[in-house]
Amino acid sequence: MKESKRHLYFLTPYALLFTLFIVVPVLMAIALSFTNFNSIQTPNFVGFLNYINLLTQDEIFMQIVLPNTIVYAVIVGIGGYILSFLLAWSLAHLTTLPRTLLALVIYSPSMTAGVAMATVWRILFSGDQAGYINSFLMRLGAITEPVNFLSSGDYLMPVMIVVGLWSSMGVGFLAMLAGMLNIDETLYEAGAIDGINNKFQEMFYITIPSMKPQMLFGAVMAVVSTFQAGAIGVQLSEANPTPRYAGQLMVNHIEDYGFIRYEMGYAATVSVALLLIIYGFSVIAKKIFIEKEA
Amino acid sequence: MALKMNKVNPSHFDKSQVKFYVFLVPLAIFMSLPIVFIFNHAFKPMDELFAFPPRFFVVRPTLDNFYNLFSQSNLSGIPISRYFFNSLVITFLVVLLSVIISSMAGFALSKMKFRSKGKLLEINNLALMFVPVAVMIPRYLVINFTGITDTYLAHVLPALALPVGLFLIKQFMDQVPDELIEAATIDGANELQIYRKIVVPIVKPALVTAAILIFQQVWNDIEASSILVTSESLRTLAFYMNTLASNTNVVAGQGVAASASLIMFLPNLMLFILLYSKVMNTMAHSGLK
Repeated sequence: MKESKRHLYFLTPYALLFTLFIVVPVLMAIALSFTNFNSIQTPNFVGFLNYINLLTQDEIFMQIVLPNTIVYAVIVGIGGYILSFLLAWSLAHLTTLPRTLLALVIYSPSMTAGVAMATVWRILFSGDQAGYINSFLMRLGAITEPVNFLSSGDYLMPVMIVVGLWSSMGVGFLAMLAGMLNIDETLYEAGAIDGINNKFQEMFYITIPSMKPQMLFGAVMAVVSTFQAGAIGVQLSEANPTPRYAGQLMVNHIEDYGFIRYEMGYAATVSVALLLIIYGFSVIAKKIFIEKEA
Repeated sequence: MALKMNKVNPSHFDKSQVKFYVFLVPLAIFMSLPIVFIFNHAFKPMDELFAFPPRFFVVRPTLDNFYNLFSQSNLSGIPISRYFFNSLVITFLVVLLSVIISSMAGFALSKMKFRSKGKLLEINNLALMFVPVAVMIPRYLVINFTGITDTYLAHVLPALALPVGLFLIKQFMDQVPDELIEAATIDGANELQIYRKIVVPIVKPALVTAAILIFQQVWNDIEASSILVTSESLRTLAFYMNTLASNTNVVAGQGVAASASLIMFLPNLMLFILLYSKVMNTMAHSGLK
């Protein structure tokens, strides 16, 4: 059976790089999380001490960072996913040219990642009366005093959520739109004959079951992009920790301990906790998705 | 009655589509405001940047901000063209190589039979949740250990294996009918020929979509430039733009920051416009039903 080894030619390049730059770092994070490591001396084994500290000593983590992360992930991740689906679904009902133009506009914010974009947000949300949004709201009469959006901590999280939702129509949105357009038209006709008589029945009995791969992909993309964009609070407020920890997410907490305090072992523990939370979200996403399918 | 419902992917305009326009158009306009703002802000002359009350739209557009951006780069000793060249080479290499290795692996995982296939798929699906920033410290240690720090390879190699790219390509490959591959095998084609001549042409939309995804990550990436290389001459445009943008708190710097944002954003936008039509065209003609 010489055929049985052929797949290795195709798999090896990817598998090697995958192992080296993804699997090994994750395993190392797990290993480091059981040590005390300041990045200079050899790490020494401390057992579950870091985990115990994370759960019992780190008040900022338990009271602020963790709830912040969950709130941000639920609103931007799940909200953004539902929004992506509904927008893709609406766009699928338009003719080609307007659909393409609108999809382009809705997708383009997700291309603006990076600190340079955060600078633009800082200009728009600037906290004095010369700030664009403050000035606009004051002229409308909605506010009388300029709102300190970014540096007081009071409004940092809502601003992060707005920015997060704004840029959440990413590749998952495109995949869902493409998947929807690829659904066999005769399915809809058959559905109509079988007694489907409104758009919502059609959505749940035909559209969603017919585009399972894209739905799942969209869900995964929503989870990942939500957590990847987690550094936004620090970029907006230009401070780590963010003012009164208002925009502090787990990614920032890792940076805070890893690169500012050089407590790499503890930072690795937070990393492992973050990976577990992301994994938890994806498990929930899959469960919900499978129920929808049934 | 049911047949009167508005159809998905209609060929003509119909009154029933108006309800979608009613909310899609205002939403799209609202969402595009920040981007419209970058375009306007980047071209504002000094007095309009300082204007009070601030004005959203530019009145007398000027290239001053772009001129300042480029003259600042000359002061640091390394011309902006060098950063641009680095970004171009790195992005090109990563997109090309990543699509090749991901599609090869996707082909094996989708269309070949071997024992550990299910396990490997499970591992890659698990890795979809992988967020590089979460493990940036051990990643740095690994990359340091391989000895590629401070070379172009430090930008390229760690970025190549993108679980999401592989996942996307594999999902689409699953829709290629097995009969097609069986027929080609009977005709005497080997795996490499099947991969290159049959599967790759059919899954082009997925390859293009994966390429967009990889492009965005690499083009916007600043992690490699800030942690993995120490020579200024090996850093990328994104990194340079970010240092400029984050050092500019004064109003005059805002225009420079906006022009930097615009320069980073435009290639993304143009490439996407080009590839979007290709994705949709290929989808329409690929006959994946």
